[in-house]
Amino acid sequence: MKFTTNSLLPWLVLLLPLISAATITLFTHRSKTVSATISVAAVLGSFLASCAVFNRADISASEFTWIDIHGTLQVPLGFVLDDLSRVMLLIVSGVGSLIHIYSLGYMRDDAGKSRYFAALSLFMFAMLGIVLSNNFVMMFIFWELVGFTSYVLIGHWFERNAAAEAAKKAFITTRIGDFGFMIGILMIWIATGSVVFDDIVAHLSKITSNPTYLTIATLLIFCGAVGKSAQFPLHVWLPDAMEGPTPVSALIHAATMVAAGVYLLVRVAFLIQASQTALLVIAWIGTITALLGAVLATQQPDIKRILAYSTISQLGYMVMAVGLTSNEAAMFHLFTHAFFKALLFLAAGSIVVSLHHEQNIWEMGGLARKLKITFATFFVGALALVGCPPFSGFFSKDAILALAYQHNASIFVVGLTTALLTAFYVSRAVVVVFFRKPRSDFARAATESPRVMTGPLIVLAILALIGGWPVFAQNFLIVPHEKETVLTVPVLAMLALISGAGLAVWLYRNRDHDPLHVDLIRKRLYIDEFYEWLINVTQEFLARVAAFIDRWIIDAGAVRGASGGTFGLGALLRLFQVGNLQAYAFLFGLGIVLLIYFTIFR
Amino acid sequence: MITLGHYLIVSGLLFTIGFAGVMLRRNIIIILMALELMLNAANLSLVAFSRFRVDPMGAPNYNAQVFIFFVITVAAAEVAVGLAIVVALFRLRQTTHVEDISSLKF
Repeated sequence: MKFTTNSLLPWLVLLLPLISAATITLFTHRSKTVSATISVAAVLGSFLASCAVFNRADISASEFTWIDIHGTLQVPLGFVLDDLSRVMLLIVSGVGSLIHIYSLGYMRDDAGKSRYFAALSLFMFAMLGIVLSNNFVMMFIFWELVGFTSYVLIGHWFERNAAAEAAKKAFITTRIGDFGFMIGILMIWIATGSVVFDDIVAHLSKITSNPTYLTIATLLIFCGAVGKSAQFPLHVWLPDAMEGPTPVSALIHAATMVAAGVYLLVRVAFLIQASQTALLVIAWIGTITALLGAVLATQQPDIKRILAYSTISQLGYMVMAVGLTSNEAAMFHLFTHAFFKALLFLAAGSIVVSLHHEQNIWEMGGLARKLKITFATFFVGALALVGCPPFSGFFSKDAILALAYQHNASIFVVGLTTALLTAFYVSRAVVVVFFRKPRSDFARAATESPRVMTGPLIVLAILALIGGWPVFAQNFLIVPHEKETVLTVPVLAMLALISGAGLAVWLYRNRDHDPLHVDLIRKRLYIDEFYEWLINVTQEFLARVAAFIDRWIIDAGAVRGASGGTFGLGALLRLFQVGNLQAYAFLFGLGIVLLIYFTIFR
Repeated sequence: MITLGHYLIVSGLLFTIGFAGVMLRRNIIIILMALELMLNAANLSLVAFSRFRVDPMGAPNYNAQVFIFFVITVAAAEVAVGLAIVVALFRLRQTTHVEDISSLKF
């Protein structure tokens, strides 16, 4: 192994945030300004190094073996530096840098600022680690680390009960998925004897020879993505995660961590694409999630939760694209989504801060005139999200819809419905938040956020505008281009967009309260309640089983049994103790006689 | 003619008397003496075996006699220890009757 600048650059990308997190935690915890500066400097350094890595094709990282159990398990600490990970590095460190800078403004008066920036740095380390890992074990470790930092950051305001609960919920829910992920990794390892992606590709035939095994292993790995990317059965944590500071929501719960699941799926696409069943399941889970997120977003009163459900919905689109065997479309949407969703969250954060942490959209209104930059940037983000040309979302969403159109008609119909709903809820938010008269004192007194916050907004708005243009995007990734369906899909998508937005504008214009009350949707289809019930029931059952075992087997059997047995045996043996010397002598003699009898005569 | 059988009968009688003494008498000193009687009964039978088991040269079997010396030695040691215990016991309890010494009981 030789250390050159080339081989050290990826290590620099990865380790700078870690060094920053360690320094802040160990030394500069007292001084908030120094801590924040270190963290921002580290992420900027990481971003510059990522740019260097991206621009120079000759960079290859040095790697060394970490665990080596001879012949059975080898875990290297090594990096994968292909086009996929390079562009992910750019997204993560680029969006991360902007959000770090924005955090300087958003968290300016926070008591836990040092802790916040330390956790943010640690998150950058973990996320870059996921992107760079060249094997499953290393990826899983960073995967868990990301989950942990997400926990810390959601629970940043842990004195608020809701935040603490949300942090726990996020951690535990994603852990359920991670458990499946772990078993999936073990199954792959058992079949191929390796955890390194390249080796698994080389030994792929060993596992494709057994299609059922392959499908199960692939779906278990998909479980990890379901947890982290908030797909349908495990999506419940993401809306609650909005209890964290808004930059965290933007960075972790919109742009990067939740996209890690999609990245994982693209990374192991060679496995997924070997199993038709797995592909179908993944495509449908993505589709259901997309629709579900969009439906639930339509009735939320909380601006951040609207965006959270929208994130779930967009992640569903990406997973759908993976399930339809197009990694390019999934990555393209991930790329554009990272920009416009981070933008939307940061703009929402700007609103929330100027309204003294009021998040209910019915307490806002008329903000277009007060927060001019925020409004303009939010509007750009909204247009990108609904897929209005020429904003970035149009291109990537169009690519996915075209894909669905070619492969599976029913998925296409659901996808189109989702697009309509997306237009509906985004327009609803824009109309209610920014237009008509202010509906609360805070909204009347709102003033624009400082430049350190609007700066990143403008940068992200530009990226959200041009991010999807093939001229721009093809520098970073392969832009999928449609084949036969040149006109049908965009026209249908535009129709959905116009009808959805029109409906929302017509319905929500000049309203002070939500005219629609669909309890089923407002209560999130009772999925949370169902989970709560399920957990209660299983917990009750397990508790009863445990109590039974404890009371009747441990207590009554093992403990009382042992003591009672000893006591009874003692009482029995006590009868032999008569206290008469001659009786003892007689018994002794009798014993000897018996001994002689048994040794000689038998 | 006195045969081996006669000696063994005497030895058995002695042993039985000794055993009965150990079992039935209440005074520890008597019990110790009865114990000695049992040992000597064993010695008697050993001597008888020695005397009646001659090799072709006419010499008795000395193995048994060597064994007797061991028994006598052990008996002497046993009496020494036993009497010492009895003395100590008497000082403690002012009695040598086994019925009065029954504290090895629940």
